[in-house]
Amino acid sequence: MMQTQHPTVTPAAPPGVQVISPLREAWRVFRGNKAAMLGLVLLSCIMLLMVVGPGLYGVNAFDIAGAPFTEPFVQQQLWLGTDYLGRDILAGMLIGGRATVMVGLAAACITVSIGVTVGSLAGYFGGWVDTLLSRLTELFQVLPTLLFAMVLVTLFQPSLGVVVMAIGLVSWTGTARLARAEFMRLRHLEYVSAARAMGARHLRLMLREILPNALPPLIVSATLIIGVAILFEAGLSFLGLSDPNVMSWGYMIGANRRNILECWWAVSFPGAAIFLTVLSVSLVGDGLNDALNPKLHLR
Amino acid sequence: MTTPIVSPALLDVSNLGVEFQTRGGVARVLEEVAFQVHRGETLGLVGESGCGKSMTALAMMRLIPTPPGRITSGRVVLDGKDLLALDEPAMRHHRGNRISMIFQEPMTSLNPAYTVGNQIGEAVRLHQGLDRKAATTCAIDMLEAVGIPAAKARVHDYPHQFSGGMRQRVMIAMALACKPDVLIADEPTTALDVTVQAQIFDLISDLRERTGTAVVLITHDMGAIAEMADRVAVMYAGRIVEEGSVAEVLQAPLHPYTRGLIACAPGRRTTGFGEPLTEIPGTVPSLLERRGGCAFADRCSDVQPRCRTHLPAETRIDAGRRRVLCWLHAEEKRETSS
Repeated sequence: MMQTQHPTVTPAAPPGVQVISPLREAWRVFRGNKAAMLGLVLLSCIMLLMVVGPGLYGVNAFDIAGAPFTEPFVQQQLWLGTDYLGRDILAGMLIGGRATVMVGLAAACITVSIGVTVGSLAGYFGGWVDTLLSRLTELFQVLPTLLFAMVLVTLFQPSLGVVVMAIGLVSWTGTARLARAEFMRLRHLEYVSAARAMGARHLRLMLREILPNALPPLIVSATLIIGVAILFEAGLSFLGLSDPNVMSWGYMIGANRRNILECWWAVSFPGAAIFLTVLSVSLVGDGLNDALNPKLHLR
Repeated sequence: MTTPIVSPALLDVSNLGVEFQTRGGVARVLEEVAFQVHRGETLGLVGESGCGKSMTALAMMRLIPTPPGRITSGRVVLDGKDLLALDEPAMRHHRGNRISMIFQEPMTSLNPAYTVGNQIGEAVRLHQGLDRKAATTCAIDMLEAVGIPAAKARVHDYPHQFSGGMRQRVMIAMALACKPDVLIADEPTTALDVTVQAQIFDLISDLRERTGTAVVLITHDMGAIAEMADRVAVMYAGRIVEEGSVAEVLQAPLHPYTRGLIACAPGRRTTGFGEPLTEIPGTVPSLLERRGGCAFADRCSDVQPRCRTHLPAETRIDAGRRRVLCWLHAEEKRETSS
């Protein structure tokens, strides 16, 4: 377009230096983190087992597969033994992960959606909007979460959808407070004012200018929430408050808890699965925290 | 360079007033601010910190945080349309499109999450409805226009890969991408090195000449005004106390505050080496404890008793091309007119 005769100060990036996008930079840091990579590998293995395992193994987890209380590692067909009804533990382990992890993911999605919506509106607009939404957040925060979730589940039919909704409804407050703080911090930054001076509307400012910069802590908290939601689902199942027609790790523990002394395997294997899943999710979350927070790199 | 006065002004600000509700009471941040800018002209807005320069800019863009701030009076007429009377969607359409703004801090005025090309293109996509590809082409053109080498490659770079001066160039490219009628530059070089400052000023004048954009340059640097502006308006405590062509105001300042400001500029005639820099005694009075009379009275060397009690009327000289708000000259005018 126009020719320029101004002397320029900085030369373009030297040819050898490759320009890296923030996302790729984050992946580079993440890859260098051993614990996070261990978590990722572990999580991938669990996911893979969950997806293809039941199909390959081909045993219905609700069918009576053998004698009740068969010990694990004794019988050829029943590697992990059977529970008090004679149901195959391995089949339950493989198929039960699906429900548990799905509930965890879905509940985390709901948690993040409600939390980010409430928090961003409160943080961005401030004033009476903030006052109103913050009081609402506090109202939900002071309710004992497990009890509240139990009430919600018992009010309706205990199905997977209701459990997901219940977990989402009781656990969004932390995310809301985090999103609110981020939006409050970012809305006063100059690039937001600059975008406003360019004619952007509120929604655009919130979604395009502020949200991407508020994402790193939110992504981290979202991964940790997946872990919490999995535990929550297991807790509700343990109390018998989950869909009785769906096999899940929590349900297996709940169903077998009365026979814990004579049948330790029926409880320990699903318990270990929950432990490993939540652990790997947490490791990934911590890794993301390091990778997405550039200020931590220097330490 | 100076446009003849006869044509109607492109930007006509009159009687602009802004108040801020504070815990200590109502602060009247701007009072009866009025000025005109013609197409292709640069108006310098000078004054010390807190005199209302940036507030004037924000009020023109209607970006005053409300509450606590509020525009209480006035008109900002851009090309025949009063911006203050527009509804918010219409105003949004003007921002960045017809009137745009460069901020002080180039380091923080760009969003770290997007490439510069994306951010420059955003403005044209928003206002001209271009698609992504056309917007990128436009961004490359703009980067070239503001003197960024290898614009084609750098359009995909992120803000952190640019130096401060380069980022300010990007900001200018963003602000000018839609070819606005008016560009408000709020201390565009405060955060930059002196050498880079000169380049940025050159760039702004250059682009102004090419595009015919009117520029409102906000600064406290008298040197920049002398170099850049056609006319200058001096602000003190929320009012414009003197306005005129740069040559006239700098050579023969009428208001004691303008005189003080010029004397303060570390320059050739006023102070020699080794001597302390001149300063205006005292500080800007709090906007809350404003009494009647001239706000500068307590710091003025030519203060008269009536300065403390009554505000002088505006004196217009040279057929309105110069004006000053001071009793010294109110007197003069009455003598000459009687």
